[in-house]
Amino acid sequence: MASVELNGKTYETDEEGYLVNLGEWDEGIAAYLAEQEKVDMTESHWEVVNFLREYYNDYQIAPAIRVLTKAIGKKLGAEKGNSKYLYELFPYGPAKQACKIAGLPKPTGCI
Amino acid sequence: MAAPTFEVPKMKAVSEVPRVQKGAMAHTKSYVASAAIQQAIGFPGELVENWEAKAIEKMGDLLGKYRSFKVYLDTCVHCGACTDKCHYFLGTGDPINMPVARQDLVRNVYRRHFTFAGKYFPKLVGAKDLTREVLDQWYTYYNQCSECRRCSVFCPYGIDTAEITMGAKEILDSIGYGQKYTNEIIGKVQRIGNNLGLPGPALEDTLEGLEEDILADTGAAVRMPLNQKGAEVLLVTPSADFFSEPHVESLIGYAKVFHAAGISWTLSSHASEAGNFGLFIGNYETMRNIALRIREAALELGVKRIIVGECGHAWRVAYSFWNTLAGIGAGGNDPFSIELQQQLDPRYPAPQHICEFTHDLLKRGVITVDKSANDHRVITYHDSCNVARASRMGDMPGGQFVIPREIIKMVANNYHDMAADTIHESTFCCGGGGGLLTDDLMELRVKGALPRMEALNNVVQDHQVNFMATICAICKAQFSKVLPYYGFEMSMVGGIHQLVSTAIKLDAKQ
Repeated sequence: MASVELNGKTYETDEEGYLVNLGEWDEGIAAYLAEQEKVDMTESHWEVVNFLREYYNDYQIAPAIRVLTKAIGKKLGAEKGNSKYLYELFPYGPAKQACKIAGLPKPTGCI
Repeated sequence: MAAPTFEVPKMKAVSEVPRVQKGAMAHTKSYVASAAIQQAIGFPGELVENWEAKAIEKMGDLLGKYRSFKVYLDTCVHCGACTDKCHYFLGTGDPINMPVARQDLVRNVYRRHFTFAGKYFPKLVGAKDLTREVLDQWYTYYNQCSECRRCSVFCPYGIDTAEITMGAKEILDSIGYGQKYTNEIIGKVQRIGNNLGLPGPALEDTLEGLEEDILADTGAAVRMPLNQKGAEVLLVTPSADFFSEPHVESLIGYAKVFHAAGISWTLSSHASEAGNFGLFIGNYETMRNIALRIREAALELGVKRIIVGECGHAWRVAYSFWNTLAGIGAGGNDPFSIELQQQLDPRYPAPQHICEFTHDLLKRGVITVDKSANDHRVITYHDSCNVARASRMGDMPGGQFVIPREIIKMVANNYHDMAADTIHESTFCCGGGGGLLTDDLMELRVKGALPRMEALNNVVQDHQVNFMATICAICKAQFSKVLPYYGFEMSMVGGIHQLVSTAIKLDAKQ
């Protein structure tokens, strides 16, 4: 276990840098985690991150890639509803990198 | 992608055996499982105090239970035939990644404690005590074996190296020194039903979304039923098929095949995982617990057939072990196994691979295709290790090589095999099997993919191949990640049923 100190608040992370307690997430830690991942957060990035958090609240898991691309397509236009767009935003892969920034647990399995 | 902190090996037209680099991968250490992860699946939370005695005791236990383990530890004559057969050695040059050297980490300790010569004249026979240093080497290097068994093909004694790796992992787990990636996943299957931790409602939502997508794409109301009692077929597939690309394309393909053939089927939220990581850690109880979920679902849903989706090691467990683990296929003799055997339709293999199923439908003309729909693809096929070397398909020897290729040739026009010494039973592992498909082993995964990437590159150069089909969720995820390191597009890899999905005519049988 490790922890991050930010603006007087302590955030616990696991050995891979994922936030341990979802409830501790805020935009400050998201920006910090994005910086660690070398992701320059824009409006488009926040759209994805916010959708991930909403979906996680409902289903206790990150959305499947097709669920995510469809939701983004509906919100931001069909030309953005594909995994290519998501990989442009999160080069290491939307599932792992965007989840980390959104404070969600790392998806596991054969992915 | 973040710039690699290691050097990506250079591809050569003719694979070369690398110069030995002592300790090249000694720094590699996959994350150790936390106490919570370990305890959730019945292992000690951390390294137990008397770990050396406990490890030797466990080794004795395994030697008594598994005759094969003892035979494999006894028979090696160090002839060296395996040394240049391992993709991890070829990719890293670390001499301990020569299969014989990796096995010797356990064999030396075995000799010290279980052979006459090793007990009394340890130095003469290279016997070693299990020191902390040796234990850490076990952890480091047994997490650099994907249990792919390529070396075993070339071993004149037929030593199954994977079984020694599994034995080592079983011993490590039993003393509280497990690997995070694999053991966390095993806990999720037992708690939630699949490797991903995808709960029932999320699965339902995902499947509904996919039905909408197929309808929008094709105009056909192809269903993806969940927990449907009385369906003919229970499909058990890796949970990555629900979640990731390119995996989901094959799931869509299976659904289209069932639809076009008019055969009712269902997925199960209780058994929403074909994968069985219990195999990777050599732990019988864990493997059985995971397999039993499938029997429970089959009995609950009253299905007549059980079909397994595109997952390599799942097919090994299903084909080779489900009969005695869970009574799927003849062998189990407990009341539930007997009940299941009476329920399943004896006219079909139990279990059946999705490729056997689709192959038969294509051959009989029950489903039809437009091959030209795949004309933008020039295809090759990557044999996944557990399918190639630990199972079979159909009713003829080598069916596991023939059937997938025949499907491809029935649904597409452009196909080229990779070099003969890199396919069929000599296939190279993707580099991510056996519980190594984790971010903390990325260097190993990239380097271990080298032999496959070289073989692929040759057919790309010679035949303009632009699609590598495979039937394993691990292979798909691993290649998606490592292809770009070698200058290929990640979308070059996909499933056989992705190709079927592209070509199939949906209104054929309605």
